[in-house]
Amino acid sequence: MTEYVLIIIGAVLVNNFVLTRFLGICPFLGVSKKLDTALGMCGAVIFVMTAASAVTWLISRFILSADGIFYTDLQYMQTIAFILVIASFVQLVDIAMKKIVPALHGALGIFLPLITTNCAVMGVAILNVQLKYNFMKAVVFGFAASLGFSLALIIFTGLREKIDRANPPKAFQGVAIALITAGLLSLAFMGFAGLVK
Amino acid sequence: MHPVLTTTLAIGGVGAACGGALAMAAKFLAVHEDPRIEETANLLPGANCGGCAYAGCADYAKAIILDDAEINLCAPGGESTLCALAAMMGVEASAAEKKVAIVLCGGDSDKAPRKFAYNGIADCTAANSTGAGDKKCAYGCLGYGSCSRACPTGAIEISKGLATIHPELCIGCGACVKTCPRKLIHMIPASRTMHILCSSKDKGPIVKKACSVGCIGCTKCTKMVEDEAITMQGPLAIVDYTKDYTNEETIEACPGKCIKKVPAVAKAMAGRQGSTVD
Repeated sequence: MTEYVLIIIGAVLVNNFVLTRFLGICPFLGVSKKLDTALGMCGAVIFVMTAASAVTWLISRFILSADGIFYTDLQYMQTIAFILVIASFVQLVDIAMKKIVPALHGALGIFLPLITTNCAVMGVAILNVQLKYNFMKAVVFGFAASLGFSLALIIFTGLREKIDRANPPKAFQGVAIALITAGLLSLAFMGFAGLVK
Repeated sequence: MHPVLTTTLAIGGVGAACGGALAMAAKFLAVHEDPRIEETANLLPGANCGGCAYAGCADYAKAIILDDAEINLCAPGGESTLCALAAMMGVEASAAEKKVAIVLCGGDSDKAPRKFAYNGIADCTAANSTGAGDKKCAYGCLGYGSCSRACPTGAIEISKGLATIHPELCIGCGACVKTCPRKLIHMIPASRTMHILCSSKDKGPIVKKACSVGCIGCTKCTKMVEDEAITMQGPLAIVDYTKDYTNEETIEACPGKCIKKVPAVAKAMAGRQGSTVD
């Protein structure tokens, strides 16, 4: 149980995907202008990352590893295999969601295709392999990582909304001040370093 | 087995499985969306201005197809969009009256004096909440340009502390209406030429002290026009914009000089040859 708690704290605060590992920066900067859209993105990311870490773990264990169905070590193909699986998985979720829960599709719909190319999803899949997590740990790690992403995105969006109203100097307006804010936020999260190994 | 073959098999297999799953999903989980919705959305200008009161062009397209929404709500698209929509839906292009915004106040700083010097931020809402506005008239245009800043086409001119909307530049999106703290901006059919440029709900003597071009509520105009084109709402005369009616005599006769004739958009356009506004 302690291990799971440590995985969650580690992924959310200490090794935050966005602010410490620098993964998933494009949606972090792209959809952080309004809180509504940021929340939609968070929902979609939590869903996709949790599910994708489960799917990629299965692929890695049963197809790519030396004791999988091919009895050959195919780990060097993991990047391409994961891209393939994640992309089609997101697409599949998109189609299924449209049919089964149209309301949820309406809320998350436009964000789902964007996540296909989110490196945080890819990152969680590869880290799961590198850290040699078992299935449960991989899923919990994926979920915690997406929570960390959401935390960072929501904090950042709140800051950006306030900063836009605070009328920064012209040279800093827009992306410039956003990048500086992201840097400071990242520094703040560095304060958690060493809390969990 | 040769490693190349294994790899090809493994990755090819994963790819084929994913592709197969997607194909099955597309077949069994397909949601039949009316193809006309996309066609309709393509006909709309795509400005997503919200002037039609829907969340955007795609939403309006959906409403046209599924909820039988009117096809003449798109102001930026104008006549060309309406005709295209009418052709597609097989209905007649009806009452395609373009709407424009108008500020129902005629009191510039010469005619409607200020009661104190306001030195706060240049924003109408801020000015309006400072001592109930710096204008003597509690209903008149404050002239700090909140509406003008909201206008996407720069159609609102502020001169002498009064906002005036140039109808030939107005695309009828209604963005300015919300910004006016005194609710002076109204959306009206573009062909209307007779306007009562006053919104004061005060009684005659009070209006007279605050503004030289205010409606004093004498009811003279309501008696001159036909078909109740002007009606009294308390002490204020109001033009019924559903009726296309203009009477030069009435305009001349107004003792408060607040009824004005403003040229309709069509005429204004003719005078602006080479204008970029469609």
